[in-house]
Amino acid sequence: MLVTDGTRARRSGLRELWDSSIGKKIAVAVSGGILVGYVVLHMLGNLNSLYGPGNGDARVDDYAHWLRTFGEPLLPYGFVLWAVRVLLLAALVVHVTGIVQLRARSRAARGGHPARRIGRSFSAATTIVTGSLLLAFIVFHILQFTTLTIDVTPLHEGAVYANLYNAFQKWYFVLLYVLAVGSLGFHLRHGVWSAVQTLGFDSPEKNQAIRRTAGALAVFVVVGFVLVPVLFWTGALSAPDVANTQASITVVAR
Amino acid sequence: MNFTLQIWRQDRPGDSGRYETIEAHEIDAEASFLEMLDQVNERLIAQGSRAVAFDSDCREGICGACSLTIDGLPHGPQQVTTCQTYMRDFRDGQTIRVEPFRNNAFPVMRDLVTDRGALDRIIQSGGYISTSTGPQPEPNAMPVSPEVQTTAMDAAICIGCGACVAACPNGAAMLFTGAKVTHLNSLPQGQAERGDRVRSMVHQMDAEGFGGCTNFGECSLACPQEISIDVIGTLNREYRKAVRDEKKASKKMVAQ
Ligand code: HEM
Ligand code: SF4
Ligand code: FES
Repeated sequence: MLVTDGTRARRSGLRELWDSSIGKKIAVAVSGGILVGYVVLHMLGNLNSLYGPGNGDARVDDYAHWLRTFGEPLLPYGFVLWAVRVLLLAALVVHVTGIVQLRARSRAARGGHPARRIGRSFSAATTIVTGSLLLAFIVFHILQFTTLTIDVTPLHEGAVYANLYNAFQKWYFVLLYVLAVGSLGFHLRHGVWSAVQTLGFDSPEKNQAIRRTAGALAVFVVVGFVLVPVLFWTGALSAPDVANTQASITVVAR
Repeated sequence: MNFTLQIWRQDRPGDSGRYETIEAHEIDAEASFLEMLDQVNERLIAQGSRAVAFDSDCREGICGACSLTIDGLPHGPQQVTTCQTYMRDFRDGQTIRVEPFRNNAFPVMRDLVTDRGALDRIIQSGGYISTSTGPQPEPNAMPVSPEVQTTAMDAAICIGCGACVAACPNGAAMLFTGAKVTHLNSLPQGQAERGDRVRSMVHQMDAEGFGGCTNFGECSLACPQEISIDVIGTLNREYRKAVRDEKKASKKMVAQ
């Protein structure tokens, strides 16, 4: 491991970044940032269900319809939705691949002697656990509300309000979503601060403020997400108007 | 005071190694951890056994040679070097586990002695400045503001002990490398090699097999010099900018 070897074997640009530990961390941070942006928008979008069943024309159903017709007639039906899906999938692949590779490096570096916990926070120590849970949850979640494959409770395309209402009458779905969103909170609390540090946007004076902002963002996202299943379950959001909903589905599905 | 030591014994580099229980009786509370080991060794030698090998040099907390992990804490419980750790900080009759600094880039030579040459090679790859010989320069030709001076000196006090590496759950050497890069890249004398320095040092750090930082912050809590984790933010920033500027420069060269 001569020093000159290191200097000579150096590459440049994106290749150099991906091959180095710091560069890979930057890729993980940037892709994580994309996912955080999505999660915040998704949470805000979900809050549309708080407007209630709306006489069979629930606002969240219109919102889901709008997501698909966004940009029409300039762009084809569902174009923006699919563009976002592709971007999210790419970000997720980079995020997870980067972490898996970095983790393999780190394990090798410790050589089978795990370090004693000196002062890492709970959220920092569990990022790998919460991240894995989130990955499993995302698969389940898409199979439930997007592809409508996991139809333990009745699911109909376009009838988002009714789907959510029916699913969240089951305590185990409520619990599952609350746990998933809780993991997300811990993941974000460490992840957001860590990403800022990895991108080198911090400075000694700003460090405390950045940590607090990450914590506040985590709480904001968790509360926003948790409201929906909990309000359905407690009955604060009333049952959908079935007859009228059937009529509006035909419109949404075109 | 009496202690039961569970000490890592390993005859040769690459051997599997094992913990050996050794009793340390009638130790003065004011003895340093290394003086306690000296006494243990004298008794071992008197018995005809092999002494426990460990590193030390200055024994006043400035050289960074001493390197033990005591009950899982690099250097011991007080966030000072091992030579500045005193037996009064332990309970009478306590069982103390002593092992070398753990990292694959720090191969164990014997018992508690590791080869920390990897850190030296990181320094070699970029921890220098170019300077011209000749007449002495004008004293005020290179003004350094007090803020820059503070930043540079707070990083320059790193003694290169490697405790940060031993404390890191990822086996990363980012606090050490960050301290060196912060020190040299913030001073005017270090500007000539600024981008090359950080790229070479990061490349060498990776080539040595150190892990990747996940911003746990435990390095800072183990560092006897209390180097702040902010140097890692600086290292990340300097590296990102250096790679970006290098890419721009090489594009320009192609265009010409
Ligand atoms: C209480 C919490 C949540 C509720 C009620 C909820 C609800 C929904 C619904 C109804 C859809 C389908 C939207 C449509 O068809 O237009 C959806 C899609 C999705 N959600 Fe959630 N969600 C929650 C939390 C989360 C969390 C924590 C994540 C990620 C970490 C997440 C990631 C996704 C993804 C990736 C999709 C698929 C996007 C697509 O391709 O259309 N969700 N969610
Ligand atoms: S940063 Fe601190 S712990 Fe790491 S080598 Fe320097 S002095 Fe030792
Ligand atoms: S022997 Fe020099 S710092 Fe401990």
